[in-house]
Amino acid sequence: MITTIAATLTDAGEASTGEAVLFWVFAPVMVLASMGLLLARKAVHAALSVITVMICLAFLYVAQDAPFLGVVQVVVYTGAIMMLFLFVLMLVGVDASDSLVETIKGQRWVAVLGGMGLLVVLAGVVMTVAPSTPTGLDGANTPTNPEALAVVIFGSYAFALEVVGALLVTAALGALVLTHRERLVPKRDQKTRMQARVQALGDGALLTPLAAPGVYARHNAMDVPALGPDGEPLELSVNRVLKVRGQEADAAEYAARIDRVLAGGWADDELPAIEAAKDATSEEADQ
Amino acid sequence: MSAENLVGADFSNDVHWWVPALKGVFILVLVLTSVIMAIWFERKVVAKMQLRPGPNVHGPAGLLQTTADAVKLLVKEDISVKAADRLVYLIAPVIAVFSSFLTLAVIPMAGEVSVFGFRTPLQMTDFPVAVLYILACTSVGVYGMVLGGWSSGSTYPLLGSVRSTAQVISYELAMGLSLVSVFVMAGSMSTSQIVEAQERSLWYVVTLPVAFILYVVAMIGEVNRLPFDLPEAEGELVAGYMTEYSAMKFAWFYLAEYINMINVSAVATTLFLGGWHTPFPLNLLGVPDSGYWGFLWFLVKLWSIMFFFVWVRGTLLRFRYDQFMNLGWKLLIPTALVWLFGVTTIRVVNEFTDVPSQTVLIGLAVVLLVFAALSFLIPEKKEPPGAEVGEFDPYADGYPVPPMPGQVLPPSPRRLAAMAAAGVVVDICDVPTEEADRD
Repeated sequence: MITTIAATLTDAGEASTGEAVLFWVFAPVMVLASMGLLLARKAVHAALSVITVMICLAFLYVAQDAPFLGVVQVVVYTGAIMMLFLFVLMLVGVDASDSLVETIKGQRWVAVLGGMGLLVVLAGVVMTVAPSTPTGLDGANTPTNPEALAVVIFGSYAFALEVVGALLVTAALGALVLTHRERLVPKRDQKTRMQARVQALGDGALLTPLAAPGVYARHNAMDVPALGPDGEPLELSVNRVLKVRGQEADAAEYAARIDRVLAGGWADDELPAIEAAKDATSEEADQ
Repeated sequence: MSAENLVGADFSNDVHWWVPALKGVFILVLVLTSVIMAIWFERKVVAKMQLRPGPNVHGPAGLLQTTADAVKLLVKEDISVKAADRLVYLIAPVIAVFSSFLTLAVIPMAGEVSVFGFRTPLQMTDFPVAVLYILACTSVGVYGMVLGGWSSGSTYPLLGSVRSTAQVISYELAMGLSLVSVFVMAGSMSTSQIVEAQERSLWYVVTLPVAFILYVVAMIGEVNRLPFDLPEAEGELVAGYMTEYSAMKFAWFYLAEYINMINVSAVATTLFLGGWHTPFPLNLLGVPDSGYWGFLWFLVKLWSIMFFFVWVRGTLLRFRYDQFMNLGWKLLIPTALVWLFGVTTIRVVNEFTDVPSQTVLIGLAVVLLVFAALSFLIPEKKEPPGAEVGEFDPYADGYPVPPMPGQVLPPSPRRLAAMAAAGVVVDICDVPTEEADRD
């Protein structure tokens, strides 16, 4: 049945070998991808299946002397619309799975019924179609495919096109109006944020990034506060999570080592004391 | 196919299967060698712009540096991250690189050349919707980036691919609209016919300057080059969509990026710079573009645009995301629409009426002037309240601040002391007047 449909599109009433091969290569891929759309668990996989079907469909259009339709199929549907779908899916989240709760009662059965109805109608149309003598598409494609298409769309169906255009513009405007929000507070752009930060300076806010944790010759860890230029430990340099967990080390010990070196002694003078302090903290952490 | 005589180039000799096959191999070799050249070229030129030598160790002038990098990437261990969606993670770089190979098939690189005594145009194929085909290939190629970022199962790549989708949706519109004015002028969407139409009149960069500028901006956005490289913004997103890729899979993304650069340069050459024909001053001197000469001119034009890419990269900083979106939606697309309307009007009047184009141009200029005059009637935005100039407070809000416009600095104590020492009678109120006059 499908081969006869393909055949009506050539001059001689027969599909060329190349076209037949192309069809039998793409048809299984398309069927598999359509099954994938229905059965995929992740929404992005379903979207990928749709993209596969669309691209295969574009190849078939081109093979059947409709290059404009084939290419526009990829540009518009694959390139723009499915891209928009993917954008939304990504915003929803990588691991989000669909909710299978029926929001409208009995919606599944209505959908099944509708699908069956469509199937019956399509089968009826295909069964009752009268095979006429194939004339080929060369006549329809003179001088070229896009030009002939343009004559049909902007000639015979110009009014319908205008109506559809008006409808789309109205829809776009409607979307704009529905999502429009009156701005109640001034917009916070880079400049106002900067000003706010500078103003908060008096309340002890910092303009610069926070200082990194302490870096010492013999100790370099997240849990040790850095020492400021005045030799005092900077409390903000240790991640607050560590502080909440009580895993912060005592910077005074490390500062004292520096002081001892600066005073001309050895940093390790009281090393056992540091080790003892460390053991104490680790025991606390263990408890 | 029936369309063969409907495009500019004459493919009637290409009856043997090996002719397109040979052209395909030629394009593949050309693309891969060009990428190696392009990476070296970019590093070298950017280095010169930044006053440093650039790669100079391997081979003459560092030419083998790229080869060494490629070999390194080839033999590197191929790591797949644990959280990745395996299948999509694998096919994403494949999609990116394969769709980037497709574009050059419809680019006319020269007129008729002789291959082993066999005459054929140096273009693999052409059909009435060739330029749309190019758009289709690029839009499929972007899926490589988008899916690569999504499938990595990591935050930064996901952000990169979300940015990438938004970027493509916004900038493809502007690009498509700028190309439509080329179609309208040339009366065709076949690449070889567009080249022929430019040979008959002028290059479209001259007749359609706005469309050219729009295309150039959109093409930089489309191939994610600085200043529009938001999907891989190193300072913000590590490496964007390719953060979790390594070894050859990473190399494929890298390859695709450079091939896409070459592709959009080739498209710009074909659609706006007269394709493979001799450039302006030389064509008056009778420098030929027949045979392989055309290929030379094509390459010259293509690499000039590549140089422009590198120049822009060496000059501009990355846009912030909202600035980038504002540029696309609030500037490029409206400009493209207005421009397209103007071009179509002129075309329609030329085609269907006897009104000379001069009259049309004057009419359009009058309309533009009226709009410009009307725009003066629009009241200006009110100044935000609270902006009145007050007394200069050097510690306004507890922070040392410079004077606002209209405010004056108090005289410097050192200057006052110096003047007093010199015996000048100082009146504090006199000093700032000269400064106040400046405003």
